[in-house]
Amino acid sequence: MSVLVDDDTRVVVQGITGGEGKFHAGQMLEYGTNVVAGAVPGKGGQEVHGVPVYDTVDQAVEEEDADASVIFVPPAFAADAIFEALDTDLDLAVAITEGVPSQDMAKVNKRLTETDTRLIGPNCPGLITPGEAKLGILPGNIFAEGDVGLVSRSGTLTYQVVDSLTQRGIGQTTAVGIGGDPIIGTDFVDALELFENDPDTKAIVMCGEIGGEDEEEAAAYIDEHVETPVAGFIAGRTAPPGKRMGHAGAIVSGSGTGTAESKIDALNDAGVPVGDTPEEVADHIESFL
Amino acid sequence: MKLHEYQAKQVFADAGVPTPESTLASDVDGVLAAADEIGYPVAIKAQVQVGGRGKAGGIKLAEDADEARDAAESILGMDLKGYHVDRVLVEEAVDFVNELYVGVTMDRGEGKPVAMVSTKGGVDIEQVAEETPEAIAREHVDPAFGMHPYQARKAVYDADVDADLALDVAGVLTTLYDLWEDRDGSDAEINPLMVTSDGEVIAADAVMNIDEDALFRQPELAEMEDEAASGDELEQKADEYDFDYVRLEGNVGIIGNGAGLVMTTLDLVDHYGGKPANFLDVGGGAKAERIANALDMVFSDENVDSVVFNIFGGITRGDEVAKGINEALGQFDEIPKPVVVRLAGTNWEEGMEILNEDLVTVEQTLEDAVQRAVAYAEDEEGDQ
Repeated sequence: MSVLVDDDTRVVVQGITGGEGKFHAGQMLEYGTNVVAGAVPGKGGQEVHGVPVYDTVDQAVEEEDADASVIFVPPAFAADAIFEALDTDLDLAVAITEGVPSQDMAKVNKRLTETDTRLIGPNCPGLITPGEAKLGILPGNIFAEGDVGLVSRSGTLTYQVVDSLTQRGIGQTTAVGIGGDPIIGTDFVDALELFENDPDTKAIVMCGEIGGEDEEEAAAYIDEHVETPVAGFIAGRTAPPGKRMGHAGAIVSGSGTGTAESKIDALNDAGVPVGDTPEEVADHIESFL
Repeated sequence: MKLHEYQAKQVFADAGVPTPESTLASDVDGVLAAADEIGYPVAIKAQVQVGGRGKAGGIKLAEDADEARDAAESILGMDLKGYHVDRVLVEEAVDFVNELYVGVTMDRGEGKPVAMVSTKGGVDIEQVAEETPEAIAREHVDPAFGMHPYQARKAVYDADVDADLALDVAGVLTTLYDLWEDRDGSDAEINPLMVTSDGEVIAADAVMNIDEDALFRQPELAEMEDEAASGDELEQKADEYDFDYVRLEGNVGIIGNGAGLVMTTLDLVDHYGGKPANFLDVGGGAKAERIANALDMVFSDENVDSVVFNIFGGITRGDEVAKGINEALGQFDEIPKPVVVRLAGTNWEEGMEILNEDLVTVEQTLEDAVQRAVAYAEDEEGDQ
């Protein structure tokens, strides 16, 4: 029923004393996530929602046996917080922070190759295994337990598509928002591999958007390695070339790759139907189950 | 954030990249005085942030004062692809025998910086990249270590730069990389890097884009941000409000949270036969004031005939959104254009309780909201 997290996952929240960290730590606890510690330099010894706060992630791991981290740290300190998480050999680090400088992420990306920690994000909503745990900012009430794995570059688009699924009684094994930035940790291919290897995931939704070539790479991977049926959605069909649409990655270069059309074609060629609307994506998934 | 040529050249020169002598001028007398100081011939170059300035008449060569006056008069005040030219760079005209390209950018696919060199400088490098990619030598850089000098030399030799220029070009590339790294560049390019008859290299143009997310640690560069960087008044306003906003051709105004969801809303407007007037992402966690600013932004576009709000709260809370909508619309005796609101996710129920339904049309689903907004836009259009 789960990929990456479950109700045993012991979570440390980096930045738990900040506004967002505090609010969402509360939401995670309310959802049932096993939040065991917070980590904020200079705030060791405090408690937030009854959860003990430590000065370092290292202490949180030592004292509370944390194995995953959710990072709510301002952009200027986000890379440092990710490095800290990587340095404590956590299984999973989820970086929610939006606006991390891309040169910082290039350094993080390099460090990732030297550790066993999996990074989700940054600039992402996190991930959720309905009924067990959510790590991040996703609104828990729209998700339902079920058979569908979902991976998406966009947070709010994830919610939209999940809502369409849940409304018609289709639940999810795990939903992962991987983030829309040019340099992220876990990408489509990584997530597809996890879902393919999960016996409980019977169908997969993949939500992409214009910019970059991750969707094209994912299509090639699906063609070669994925037996589980996949339905896709690509945001930004109407975006004019050369304009940056919010996400740093969501710009169409005009050179033919990275466009909605090239992504949809690549997915179709790999046997993946792409919905014109979130409802159509749900139609495809319904037909798979 | 993109620097103007004159700003980028200053940044490059400070770092030790050879650049031609130049002065910024904003009137004809200033141009003539600068040209006198530098010595003829000079190039007079419009300082606006669009590509293809030369072809559009924004760059002219002057051999003497008469030509400089004519050039200054024709360029200053001209409209260049929608941008008003109010400044020109007066620059020593370089007598060159060859043109190269050097650049540094982030390769998002690899997640690493990449340094590039080509002997096909002076032309549209995107076209070179597409048609003859082998003409550009590329060297990926480990961001933890920075670019070693040998990597710059390798790129230069791979690009078949003339042997007697190779070390100078490698030096420029190393400097450019260090500068790109120190200044949080997203792209730094010299095109063309001119080779003079004396065998020296000099940066005849300079492009520097700064990572907006890193401006907090680049205060000097942040100060160079030019409010008039965009020729579009609405896009300037969006900068003031700090919105991700793109103006489009249609008449259905769109406000949402999260780039992917806003793009999806645009796509659905198109799908249901409407035309999006804009992309406007209020971002994550928007409070009431920001929502009100977003409405002000969209109402400022005279092409807008209806507005659709699509908010799916995660970090954004429905009650804050509703408060912002009420505040913004409460100020009007008559709402300028019909507004359709769709709220879902975090605190949507609280939001629906607060939302003043006398001011807006509420729809439960995205599909219904978009179709309603498209229908309203058609009605409004019909009325005009």
